[in-house]
Amino acid sequence: METIKEKKKSTESKKTITISGAEALIHCLLAEGVETMYGYPGGAIMPVYDELYKFQDKLTHILTRHEQGATHAAQGYARVSGKVGVAIATSGPGATNLVTGLADAQIDSTPMVCITGQVTRELLGTDAFQETDIIGISTPVTKWNYQVTEASEIPEVMAKAFYIAKSGRPGPVLIDITKNAQIDKFEFAYTKCTGVRSYKPLPKPDISAIQAAADLINSAKKPFIVWGQGVILGQAENEFKQLVEKAGIPAAWTIMGVSALNTDHPLNVGMVGMHGNYGPNLLTNECDVLVAIGMRFDDRVTGRLKDYAKQAKVIHFEIDPSEINKNVYADVAVLGNSKETLGLMLPLIKNNKHEAWHNVFKEKYQIEFDTIIKNDIHPAKPGLTMGEVIEEINLASNNKAVIVTDVGQHQMITCRYAKFSQSKSNITSGGLGTMGFALPAAIGAKMGAMDREVVAIIGDGGFQMTIQELGVIFQHKVPVKIVVLNNDHLGMVRQWQELFFEKRYASTVMVNPDFVKIAEGYSIEAKRVSERKDLKSTIQKMMASKNPYFLEVKVEQEGNVFPMIPSGASVSEIRLQ
Amino acid sequence: MENKFFTISVYSENNVGLLNRISGIFLKRHINIESLNVSKSEIDDVSKFTIVVHTTEKWVDNIVGQIEKQIEVIKAFYHTDDETIYQESALFKIASGLLFDERNIQNIIKDCNAQIVTVSRDFFVLAKSGRRNEIDEMHDQLKPYGIMQFVRSGRISVTKDVMQISAILEEF
Repeated sequence: METIKEKKKSTESKKTITISGAEALIHCLLAEGVETMYGYPGGAIMPVYDELYKFQDKLTHILTRHEQGATHAAQGYARVSGKVGVAIATSGPGATNLVTGLADAQIDSTPMVCITGQVTRELLGTDAFQETDIIGISTPVTKWNYQVTEASEIPEVMAKAFYIAKSGRPGPVLIDITKNAQIDKFEFAYTKCTGVRSYKPLPKPDISAIQAAADLINSAKKPFIVWGQGVILGQAENEFKQLVEKAGIPAAWTIMGVSALNTDHPLNVGMVGMHGNYGPNLLTNECDVLVAIGMRFDDRVTGRLKDYAKQAKVIHFEIDPSEINKNVYADVAVLGNSKETLGLMLPLIKNNKHEAWHNVFKEKYQIEFDTIIKNDIHPAKPGLTMGEVIEEINLASNNKAVIVTDVGQHQMITCRYAKFSQSKSNITSGGLGTMGFALPAAIGAKMGAMDREVVAIIGDGGFQMTIQELGVIFQHKVPVKIVVLNNDHLGMVRQWQELFFEKRYASTVMVNPDFVKIAEGYSIEAKRVSERKDLKSTIQKMMASKNPYFLEVKVEQEGNVFPMIPSGASVSEIRLQ
Repeated sequence: MENKFFTISVYSENNVGLLNRISGIFLKRHINIESLNVSKSEIDDVSKFTIVVHTTEKWVDNIVGQIEKQIEVIKAFYHTDDETIYQESALFKIASGLLFDERNIQNIIKDCNAQIVTVSRDFFVLAKSGRRNEIDEMHDQLKPYGIMQFVRSGRISVTKDVMQISAILEEF
C-alpha cells in the first residue's frame, strides 16, 4: 500500500507520443505494473482488445468464460499478491455482469480496477445497442467510478483509478470508456497519481489515542484481541504478532483476517462469529478490554449488538473513520494504517502474560473439541465429513497452501479447520457471501502466486454458479486443485431449514450432474472419493500433482456446522448443537 | 434515540455523478431526503450540498461518515436547527385581478414581508424568503384566494460555527 510520505514524489514522464486512447490505456496499465488481466471482449471495447493483441508479449489477458469470473479472478489475484486486480468487459451486459464482483470487492476492501467499454459519446442516452448506465449502476458498489468520453482524459483518470483502488482502505474502481475515446488520437504522457485533493486515504496517527490504547491494554486483566483483514491490508503481520506476544493477549480472528497469524501460534485462540469457536465468542462477553484491529464488527461477527461486549472497554484500530462507532462504540479509536499505529504503540506496551485468562480459552476449546471438533475431523461413524477432508489437506500441504473457499457450509468448515502458516492465504468471499466466487478466484490466486499451492474448496451449489471457468483452467493449464465437497444440497440453507424451518427443504436438494465427467471433459484429471479409506491417498496424489486436479468428495448429506450463533442471538447464546 | 431535523453540509468537487453517489447513501438506508440544495460555496471550484433529513443522530452520524468517505467529497458536517441560520425561498403565482379586487392581498404581502417579483396582465409573482413556518403561513393566507402556482426551495443554511474548509483544503 502506498503511504502518505510518497505523496509528493512524482514519477513524471515528460515524453509525449501521439497514440489512440486504446493504446494509451495499455501504456497506463503497463506503467502501473499490470502483468495479468481478466476479461471478455465485445463491440464497445474492441479497440482496446485490438491493442491487447499487439501488446500480448507484455500484458497477459485471460479470457474468462463470463465477466463475473473476470472480477473474481482479479480479486483472487489481488488478495494473494497485494497488487491491484484488473478486469475488463464490454458495455451493456458485459458491464452489468461485473456488478457482483464489484460489490464483493467493495465490501471486502479488495483493490480492483474494472474497465468497461461504452457506446460512442454521440450515442450516450439514446438507448443504443448494448448501452447501459454502468456508472449509475456501479456507483453504490465502487469506491470511485468515472466515465471517460475523451481520449485525452485517459492517462490522468487511469492514474487516479489505480491510486484510489490501492490507497487507504482499498476498494474497486470502475472506469467506463466511450468508444470514441478509445479510437481518437492524442498526445500521450503518463504521470502516476500521488494524491487527490478531496481524498485523504490515511488518517494521521494520534499519539494520545495510541497512548490511551496502550494504557488500557497494560492495565487490563482479561484483554482479548479480535483481528481482521486490516492487519493483512496494512502489511502489519509482524507488528501484530509482536503485540500479541509482548502483551500476552489471546487473539481471535475474523475469516478475512485469519492468515495474518500462524494458526498454530499459542495465543491464536480461533475464530469469532456465527460459526466461530466456542471460547472466543463466549469470552467476548467476559473480557475487560476488547482490542479490535482492522475489523469492522460485521453482524456475523457480533451477533445481537446490544449484548455484544457491553462489559468491555473497546479499542478500535481502523483505517476508515466511518467504521468508528458504526456498530460498536469505541472507547479508544486509533485511526491509521495498522502497521504504523501498532508500530507506534509497541514500545508503550508492557511485557505481560495472562495465563489464567488464556487457560479459560483452552478450557472452552476442550469442551468444543470433545463435542464438535473431534467428530468433525476424526469422525468415528461412517459418512465422510467436510472437516476430515480439510484436515487431510492441512497434512498434505503442510499448512502452506493458499485456500480459496466459496460460500456456505464448506466455507465455514474450511475456515474453522484449515491451518495457515503464511499471510494472504485465505481467499474467501466474506462480506458479500458470493456463491461462485471460489473457482475463478482460485485461478486468479494461482496466477498471482505461481510459486504457491492453491486449493479451491467449493460446495456443489457454488461450483455450478461459475463452473464454466473450468474452461480457463483447461486452456491455460492453471495448476489449481479443485475440491468439491458434495453433499447434494445447498447445505447451509438446508441446515437453517432443519434448525429453523422444521426441515422443510424448499429448493435445497441438488440434483447434480457427474462432476468428474465434466472436469474430464475439460481434460482435467479428476477423481471422486466416496469412502474414507480412499481419502488420504487421493488428497496426497492431488497435492503431489503438478497439473490442475479435480476432486469430488461425497460428504454426508445432512451434516451441520456447529457451533452456531443463531441469527439475531448474542455471542453468549452460542450453541454447541 | 428520537428523530430530529439535521442539516448536512457537504463541501465537494463539482463532478458529474456525485449527486447520485451521495443520494445513494440515503437510499441504501431507506432514509428520505427532506430537502436538497446544491450551489457554489465560499471557495472557488468547491460545491456545497445542503441536505435536510429527519432521522436519529446515530444515523446522521453514520451517513455523514459515508458521505465524507466518497473520493470527491472534501468534508461533510451535520448540524441541528439551533446550530444554524437557515432559510427557504418560495414563489407564489397569483392571478393579477386579485391584486385589485381583494384588498387583503396587499395586506398579506406587507405583513409577510413578501416581494413582488413581476406583474403582468394575467398574473403577478410574489417571492418570500424565511423559515418554513413563515412560508407555510403565507401560503395558508393566500390559498383561499387561489394560487396559480407555488414552489418552495430546499433549505439553505450557514452555521453559527466556523467551517474551516480552506484550512482542510490546504492539508491535502
